[in-house]
Amino acid sequence: MITFPILSLMTFLPLLGALLIFCLRGDEKSVAGNARIIALLTSLVTFGVSIFMYAGFDPHAAGFQFVEKYRWLTGFDIHYKMGVDGISVFFILLSTLLTPICVLASWKSIQSRVREYMMAFMLLETTMLGMFAALDLVLFYVFFEAVLIPMYCIIGVWGGKNRVYAAFKFFLYTLLGSVLLLIAILAIYHQTGTTDIPTLMASSIPSGMQKWLFLAFLASFAVKVPMWPVHTWLPDAHVEAPTAGSVILAGVLLKMGGYGFLRLSLPILPEASHYFMPLIFGLSVIAVIYTSLVALVQEDMKKLIAYSSIAHMGFVTIGIFAMTTQAVQGAMFVMLSHGIVSAALFLCVGVVYDRLHTREIARYGGLVNNMPVYAAIFMIFMLASVGLPATSGFVGEFLVLVGTFKVSTLTTFLAATGVVLGAAYMLYLYKRVVFGEIVHDDVRKMTDVSAREIAVFAPLVVLVFWMGIYPSSFTAPMAPAIEKVITRYDSANHIVPHAPKGVAAPEVH
Amino acid sequence: MQLETVAVFAPLLGAAIAGLFGKKIGDKGANFATCTLMLVSAGCAVALFRDVLFLHHPHTATLLTWISSGALKVDWALRFDQLATVMVTVVTVVSCCVHFYSIGYMAHDKARARFTAYLSLFTFAMLMLVTADNLVQLFFGWEGVGLMSYLLIGFWNGKESANNAAIKAFVMNRIGDFGLALGLMATFFLFKSLNFDYIFAHAAEMKDATIMFLGHGYGALNLICALLFVGAMGKSAQLGLHTWLPDAMEGPTPVSALIHAATMVTAGVFMVARMSPVYEYAVQVRMFITVMGGLTAFVAATIAITQFDIKRVIAYSTMSQLGYMFFALGVSAYSAAIFHLFTHAFFKALLFLGSGSVIHAMGGEQDMRKMGGLYKKIPQTYVLMWIGSLALAGIPLFAGYYSKDLILEADFAKVGDAARFAYWLGVAAAFMTAFYSWRMIFMTFHGKPRADKHTMDHVHESPPVMLVPLYVLGAGAMFGGWAFHRFFVGDARQAFWGKSLFVLKGDHTVAMAENIPAWAAHAPVAVGVIGILVAFWLYMKATKLPAKIAKAFKPLHSLLFNKWYFDEIYHALGVVPAFIIGRALWKTGDGKIIDGLGPDGVAKAVAGGARKASKIETGYIYHYAFAMLAGVVAFITAYIFCVQN
Repeated sequence: MITFPILSLMTFLPLLGALLIFCLRGDEKSVAGNARIIALLTSLVTFGVSIFMYAGFDPHAAGFQFVEKYRWLTGFDIHYKMGVDGISVFFILLSTLLTPICVLASWKSIQSRVREYMMAFMLLETTMLGMFAALDLVLFYVFFEAVLIPMYCIIGVWGGKNRVYAAFKFFLYTLLGSVLLLIAILAIYHQTGTTDIPTLMASSIPSGMQKWLFLAFLASFAVKVPMWPVHTWLPDAHVEAPTAGSVILAGVLLKMGGYGFLRLSLPILPEASHYFMPLIFGLSVIAVIYTSLVALVQEDMKKLIAYSSIAHMGFVTIGIFAMTTQAVQGAMFVMLSHGIVSAALFLCVGVVYDRLHTREIARYGGLVNNMPVYAAIFMIFMLASVGLPATSGFVGEFLVLVGTFKVSTLTTFLAATGVVLGAAYMLYLYKRVVFGEIVHDDVRKMTDVSAREIAVFAPLVVLVFWMGIYPSSFTAPMAPAIEKVITRYDSANHIVPHAPKGVAAPEVH
Repeated sequence: MQLETVAVFAPLLGAAIAGLFGKKIGDKGANFATCTLMLVSAGCAVALFRDVLFLHHPHTATLLTWISSGALKVDWALRFDQLATVMVTVVTVVSCCVHFYSIGYMAHDKARARFTAYLSLFTFAMLMLVTADNLVQLFFGWEGVGLMSYLLIGFWNGKESANNAAIKAFVMNRIGDFGLALGLMATFFLFKSLNFDYIFAHAAEMKDATIMFLGHGYGALNLICALLFVGAMGKSAQLGLHTWLPDAMEGPTPVSALIHAATMVTAGVFMVARMSPVYEYAVQVRMFITVMGGLTAFVAATIAITQFDIKRVIAYSTMSQLGYMFFALGVSAYSAAIFHLFTHAFFKALLFLGSGSVIHAMGGEQDMRKMGGLYKKIPQTYVLMWIGSLALAGIPLFAGYYSKDLILEADFAKVGDAARFAYWLGVAAAFMTAFYSWRMIFMTFHGKPRADKHTMDHVHESPPVMLVPLYVLGAGAMFGGWAFHRFFVGDARQAFWGKSLFVLKGDHTVAMAENIPAWAAHAPVAVGVIGILVAFWLYMKATKLPAKIAKAFKPLHSLLFNKWYFDEIYHALGVVPAFIIGRALWKTGDGKIIDGLGPDGVAKAVAGGARKASKIETGYIYHYAFAMLAGVVAFITAYIFCVQN
């Protein structure tokens, strides 16, 4: 199989950019300027490559495409293997889209060690892309863990006052999961003799062992999602991270957990996934209600959005483990939508933070008077987060709930309360920041969004409406890959479609 | 084909022009764009009204696939059947009046372009709601009008009370939408489709189906209808989920007329009528609706008789009238409910805009205790308010008479306790309706002026741009019932409605309404006249008596004046606990328990009593090492365990 290694090209382009930035010489100012430009160009080219790749992507195929396979650890049947399907391709696009936006968002707000900062972001992009494209467990693990290093640096070096505490907490949590993930991978290799993901997706592991493996995977992925109760690192990490760090953390890194579940846990461990479904539902429902209530009382904008992220991710885990077509597509859609919307919300916080250098909600108020364009942009993303129809936020949560109804009405019922609470905390936030009369003098001096900032938001606004009004562009290509996972799950667990009592199963319309 | 698209999308275009380019084209340009396009939309709607309802050409235009996920497939579509077309006509005509009226009413506002853009966008959302051919698009419109309502209630966003009212409206509606959304899910679970045509065609087959919901088995159609009705209760301010509506009066008066009287709040009524092929099989739920409607009509009227804010009186009156519509739906008199929706839209919008004219004249004053004696200064408004009130009170020949009387007669004709209960509450409410309407008229327009001289000198009749829309609505309030009752509820009703409203065979409440005893048929009008006379006596003759009565029946008056304490109860049971629990989960749950036992606990243990987070900085390598160690131990344990297995 000789195809052009577009995935590798895409994955390592940012690394090349990082090397270029590393080689920059000159005085600090020119290095900073050039580093920004190289980072922006590299990330844009990478985005272009990913679009080019997507143009050649066959939306009707369930299997992996653009597969590359090279021998890596000879003697162990461990390969360097890359490929994408309808599930991973969208995460790749999300990553390549958000990276240039992050670079642009940091243009002015990062003034110290710009070269290192941009290098960290380029490295981060390489590791993210590698993680989403990897088709070998070991390769996946390497990238999965490597993502943490640049992120850890971004929080720890360019973060706020308590950055070290936050970075430490972030690392401690994720590390524990990583160790267990590694054990699980070794055990799988020990059991099946392969680490090839497509092969594993078709092989069967004894159900007793599946349960242990599942718990090990869960320890790792649950932290990333994050699921309750291993979520407390996220608010701290967000609060301390620079704006772009939060954007990428919320936009892409939180999806690693959901992606891990969908890529590894469910296809490789279908029986255990079914067995532990109630546990996941329970934790997710707690997450939705608990963190929504906590979000209601936050006084720090970033913390509020961080807690709301956890609530949204609760929908993701519910949808993934409900394992019906609508629920899984919905979970994917929530992840993509949240990638756009939460990223944009953190950018919104960044805009005012750059002007006033505080995230305290009470320090603002009345922004609509002097920043009307900002108010409108913030409103769009606030509403998308609330899940208003015709924005991206609605489609995903709606599909998750529709798809979960037939698995567990209780879960659906409880999760749906999050929709009410979500409206409460977001509108309450918006009111305190944007509406009202201006009471602080320094707020009155704040200027509306600049052209650069509008350029940052523009693609996200377009996507929010595109995903909301014509979601089929996104759900159709992911459908075959998802169907494949569901079919395997259903046959492993002997699930047959059931209808309500009293009627024959009606025909599909 | 084209007419529908223009009717629905012209307001969207107007909103886009005014909203995006309002700064460039100025307020006048924005007003011009939105009003012209609204006029176009209303023109198309009237043409469609003729085509669909009199030439009997119902049809659906599909625009675009919206959501397609497995078996779930829904489109963006414009369904113009009889029911939808009636709604489209009401919405566009009233909206057109309100758009023009707003030019005058909002003339001194700073953000006129934004206001008119919101009005147009609201109209678009409402049109999408009523022309939906599936439940999801209906939900889109439903949430869309909720959003616009939120934005318009909070239009004067410098006011804290307006912002709070806006949030309250949105969140209360979300509670209703929570039910509606669950109803959608149950519908999809049962029918495997959310398209109206499919659901209606298969509803009869499902009448014995059961669904397990939260551990109990329920009759599937009853469950679906009950859940959907929760949504209707929120949107249409039925008792229990109504407290947002009076507060919504914080918005500018044209908003109250358009959204909180004529159109959005009737969405719940529309939805139940739309789903009539399903509701017909949900007998228990319809009984519940009948009782809820009756209670709402009654309770809202009792509150209205004690209020002093002119807009709140009309707001409670709206809530009361919505109650009438619901108990009509409950007894399968769908056509009567929609007819009342139709006439109510005109006379209630008239009353609101008329009260807006009063408020405009009084320089923003809304308290009736500070009005009085205005009839000479604003005679046209005065006459129009009389027309609106006569229609509201159901005085013969005015619009409300035809629809409200029929509803009460249909409830009397229907066999059953629920219907009879609603009838008596409805008659009682009819008495109170007449009473509070004339109380309002007498307090506002008659007697001695209670405002200061400066305000009274300022009082002036509204400009033509405000009066002409009032005359249009006045014409509707006078002739709407007389002209249309034959089609909506009379002999021609079968042909008029076609298949858009469904009633089970053998259930002819609307037809039977003609054959009830004379006393029952005349009672509503009789109590209405008595109500007017009582109001005349209390507020024109014995003007000191109302205060005495209020004093004599202090507990009762306090209960009514304080709106049965719903707000206070909800605040104490809902809002306050949410914040207390939120804080407890945050500080104790996340802080003390999870962090305390998790990362911070580990840090403490390892750093040997390091109390401050700053100290972690010096010791974090050790923590890292400890975690590694713990990991390795876990690793070995698990590995051994797995291998042994």
